[in-house]
Amino acid sequence: MSTAQIAPAIPHESAIGHVTGGARYTDELHMPAGVLSMMPVLSNCAHARIVWLDVSAARLADGVLDVITAADIPGENDTGAIAHDEPLLPTDTVEFYGQAVAWVVAQTEAQASAAAKLVRFELAPLTPILSFAEAKTAQAYHMAPKLMLRGDIEIDTALAQSEYRISDTFSSGAQDHFYLETHASWAYVDSESIVRVHASTQHPSETQHIVARVLALRSYDVIVSVVRMGGGFGGKETQANAFAALVALAAVRTGKPVRIKLKREHDMTLTGKRHPFQTDYHVGFDGTGRIQALRAVMVCDAGWSLDLSPPVLTRAMAHIDNAYFLPNVHLTGLMARTNKVSNTAFRGFGGPQGMLVIEEIISAIARTLDLAPERVRAHNFYGGADGSEANREETHYRQPVRDAGVNGISGALRMQRIWAKALTQGNFAARKLAVAAFNQQNTTRKRGLAITPVKFGISFNKVQYNQAGAHVLIYSDASVHVNHGGTEMGQGLHSKMLSVAARTLGISARHIKIMVTSTEKVPNTSATAASAGSDLNGQAVKNACQAILGRIYTLLRAHWGLTEAAIFRAQNDQIVSDCGRAMPFKDAVALTYDQRVSLAATGFYATPGLSWDMANNTGQPFYYFSCGAAVAEVEVDGYTGEWRLRAAHLVHDVGASLNPLIDIGQIEGGFVQGMGWLTMEELVWDANGRLRTIAPSTYKIPTISEVPEHEFSTTLLDNAEQPGVIYGSKAAGEPPLMLAISVREALRAAIAAYAKNTSNAPIKLACPSTPEAILTAIDTLRA
Amino acid sequence: MTNTTIDIPITLNGRATHLRCSAPTQTLLHALNAAGHTGTKEGCGDGDCGACTVALLHRDCDGITRALAVNSCLIPTAQLAGAQLVTVEGLQTLNHGSLHPTQSALVTHGGSQCGYCTPGFVMSLFAAFHSAEKAIDDAVVEGNLCRCTGYTNIRRAMAELLAAPVLHLAPLPEPATSEPATSGPATFADTPLLRRPGNLLEALALKHATPEAQWLAGATDLGLEFSRAAQHPKPLIAIDALPELNTLHITGNCLEIGAGVSLSRLQWALRGKPQNGDVDLSGHRNGLRTITTMLHWFAATQVRNRATLGGNLGTASPIGDLLPVLLALDGVLVLQSVRGERLLAAADYFLGYRQTQLSSDELVRCVRINLTGHGTRRLNESYKVGKRGSDDISIVAACFVLDLDPENRIVHARLAYGGIAAVPIRAMSAEAQLIGQIFRPELGQMVRPMLEAAFNPLTDFRGSAEYRKRLILNLFDKFLAEMGAQL
Repeated sequence: MSTAQIAPAIPHESAIGHVTGGARYTDELHMPAGVLSMMPVLSNCAHARIVWLDVSAARLADGVLDVITAADIPGENDTGAIAHDEPLLPTDTVEFYGQAVAWVVAQTEAQASAAAKLVRFELAPLTPILSFAEAKTAQAYHMAPKLMLRGDIEIDTALAQSEYRISDTFSSGAQDHFYLETHASWAYVDSESIVRVHASTQHPSETQHIVARVLALRSYDVIVSVVRMGGGFGGKETQANAFAALVALAAVRTGKPVRIKLKREHDMTLTGKRHPFQTDYHVGFDGTGRIQALRAVMVCDAGWSLDLSPPVLTRAMAHIDNAYFLPNVHLTGLMARTNKVSNTAFRGFGGPQGMLVIEEIISAIARTLDLAPERVRAHNFYGGADGSEANREETHYRQPVRDAGVNGISGALRMQRIWAKALTQGNFAARKLAVAAFNQQNTTRKRGLAITPVKFGISFNKVQYNQAGAHVLIYSDASVHVNHGGTEMGQGLHSKMLSVAARTLGISARHIKIMVTSTEKVPNTSATAASAGSDLNGQAVKNACQAILGRIYTLLRAHWGLTEAAIFRAQNDQIVSDCGRAMPFKDAVALTYDQRVSLAATGFYATPGLSWDMANNTGQPFYYFSCGAAVAEVEVDGYTGEWRLRAAHLVHDVGASLNPLIDIGQIEGGFVQGMGWLTMEELVWDANGRLRTIAPSTYKIPTISEVPEHEFSTTLLDNAEQPGVIYGSKAAGEPPLMLAISVREALRAAIAAYAKNTSNAPIKLACPSTPEAILTAIDTLRA
Repeated sequence: MTNTTIDIPITLNGRATHLRCSAPTQTLLHALNAAGHTGTKEGCGDGDCGACTVALLHRDCDGITRALAVNSCLIPTAQLAGAQLVTVEGLQTLNHGSLHPTQSALVTHGGSQCGYCTPGFVMSLFAAFHSAEKAIDDAVVEGNLCRCTGYTNIRRAMAELLAAPVLHLAPLPEPATSEPATSGPATFADTPLLRRPGNLLEALALKHATPEAQWLAGATDLGLEFSRAAQHPKPLIAIDALPELNTLHITGNCLEIGAGVSLSRLQWALRGKPQNGDVDLSGHRNGLRTITTMLHWFAATQVRNRATLGGNLGTASPIGDLLPVLLALDGVLVLQSVRGERLLAAADYFLGYRQTQLSSDELVRCVRINLTGHGTRRLNESYKVGKRGSDDISIVAACFVLDLDPENRIVHARLAYGGIAAVPIRAMSAEAQLIGQIFRPELGQMVRPMLEAAFNPLTDFRGSAEYRKRLILNLFDKFLAEMGAQL
């Protein structure tokens, strides 16, 4: 196991709090006495006109202080992150089954729940749009189609000129975030009339703006704080805003503190999911398996409002290449407006949905040509299988894939290195023989093996989001508060920021506290998202620490009578100069205070060199790419379609890791979460548009038993320092999720082993590939 | 409904205290959280995520203190009056101020990320660490969902724990009598809404007098209702501590499983590690294989620690996993009321969707299974298919038994299924067709028309009718192939 190579392992900064129950989450903070609770009144129709809504009986119920409807909103009735198309509470129509039409505020949750049942309303049903097909018929789309194009020749000509062509439709399913901590928010108005909100949100600044919008206040009237989240995964990037606005509104109206902690079924009913996608594609390729042209129409199910669907769609379109060079591309992107929850950010943000399409295509090509899929994959890599083809290094949106050089390695295409390493770590060649031998000997159980790559662009597609701030305060006793704009949701951001501050200031982490994220400490922050949390905030923290150190160095230069040329370093709790003088950090801080020099500084960072042309969907949106590869082996039961992951070997590039223990956790966690999405997590809506899988009894995320016990390894790419990123590290949050595509491809390989005929028709496998989907695929081949 | 709080006496983390509840059926989780013990988390309120796991301590027959993991989101607090409870906040206290090995192993190996599921993992591992077997394997945390780690760092912590030396918890005081307490603390919780009779006759008399009351055993099914509303509409009679229901023994050739025996206890007995004076069942590995297999797939440890066979029969859900097993094993139910006792074949027990032959004043006291087969050799196995291999609700469950004579002629056949009809059900026409046939894997083809005609399963969010139909056939084929390979 590769963890053994790495020492020392620094645990998560809250690890002891986690294991003792001492780490508190939003709904567990010490709240002012008399806090009220809110519960929703849910619509029972996917699309309907609200004929009337009567809350009078509920208002009279035990313990009820308020029942909030759209009419009670003093500001703008909207929580939309991009477009203003998302009423906090509906006025005329309900747009999805389970949408909250009112919220009851009562002394206890039980009273609010009981009173919610007394809210009466009449809905006049309208025709709902519940599928891609219905959206197409009704032409129900948000915004105009997006186009992303490349090629010297017209796409249909390029397709026509290709030796082989395949056309098909591929759909991928939704995924619930299933963070263990459901949405939580509470608010009160303090004695200075500031609305103080504590929320489980990945985007406190946006939550602040939306609370202000709904309450007709300015940002300076609202403070949003985040202690830590019990998981986010994108599900708290925009989805927390509505709940924060509701508690803030109720707090203003009642004059009392008010909380919401969603019940699991409410969380699953009310909040957006990963976007399902449906893609119609036409691919042209040559006899060696090289893709020559791709035309595709990618439609995502955006749901009832826009939310973050435009950038999700853009990222999906910008990741349809995955690690492969596509010379001629014509992509059209559409956002279906359906009567379902408004789908939202989820780890990978459309990237996984795009990458799945090309992996589907590569598998179809390999099958058509009877070539090994891993060879077709490598053959299509940027730069070619060996990285020598310099004319194949630019993405279809015009960004070079080769990164800047470092440590004597000239600007590198990292995928070829990673691929070779994964083949070795996964013992791919020997494994392939063993799988073939097993499949020869067994008719009712078959094994499958696959290796797939991941290339994922790091940075927000929208250039202006790529900025971050920090505020570092050193107290006169040399203890340090670090504030930064990022939020902690388990990804270990605070731990990494702690190391960055400790490393920059040259002091032990025990002298430093990472503070609760608050909009009053760092303003105008971006969401902790796009895997960019430590890249952005790390540079801002470093920058702030360096600003203070610069002042200390100036003082010491005078104090020690050194020349301008003297060089200082902060290390081992000391400030040292190159001429042999040293002073404990503590004394240097005391000196700085005595000399009346500031020991606090803000830090700021904006990622350099980014560009994005929104009109043409071209540019250099990513600071760099995060790459990895995974080998997976599965065994499939031919009677039931049940399967087991026998082995997984992951190789990922996290640069010079800021914290290997945390990065390995991110990689393994991402892989398993991706495997859940692709194989067992199935959200089922009924014919009325009602989500029927709203609890872990019916929505199955992986347990420990789905993860192989012995044959599971994670290797961090060595010698991988990334120039220009905080201490040479790389983002780790989202990309590993897509390593799980290897499991899907291994399942496809196992299914192929059941084939009774010699057809080379592509093997269709539904996504998620549940046992039922797998058995269906097998039966098709056995027929 | 307001201001009817009740204080439940309980020993929490070694300290005698009271937990204030809004109703006797308020769940332990909600009572703990309301009292400011926020370390125990609600992830689902359904007993499916394990974030709310706590441990109950008890003395084993050697006087050693053992721990049992349970879902606090399902248990009515009043059912635990007098119990010894440990929550995540108490582990350091029990370990003389230091982190318990479970906690330090999780810290060292990065076993927590967001930390919200972590108290549940800590408690499941704590209970395993202080169980008689000290079995620290996947099964003990199968009922704990983690969305962050991918479990591998947790496994690394588990490997360290497995190697760690055994620690003993402080001994618990010996109970005053061998009978469950009928006075003292327990009576605090004996309210009209939740009665805790001390013996079977008392329980039956209560039920006779209040036929609208509901039996409450491990609360792993009814608990879902308490989790949503602390006030339960019907009075409850708790039977989890009735001594008459808590025995597991063999008389002659007959295994008698008390309706109140937890499924974990049944598993321990099957594994040859019986507890509480239960019979050792490891000598009946083949004859009871179908139970052993199905228990492996049945829910997760925290649920098995509370769930009972009586509960499975009481709820009579068509997806109660042990019910097809009872059908296949020709289980006989002993039903008892103040009017006396009667025996009923499991096959005759189910009337319709969650409807049974049980009268309003009756209780399933135990289930009897004949350990002697009808031939010279018994082929038998259970199967369960879900979307997820572990801890899922069945799409289809099946249990097959074939008894062969020395010539491999089938003399007795049982094909029982769950998840395909309103009740657990046998494929009787196929069974009849199999009698007299020489065993061979191709028999599946022969009974195919009967199996196809016999059932008309539904499509739901777990699986389509078409898939269920295929599983009905394929599972029997799979069974025949597996058994054929053994012959």
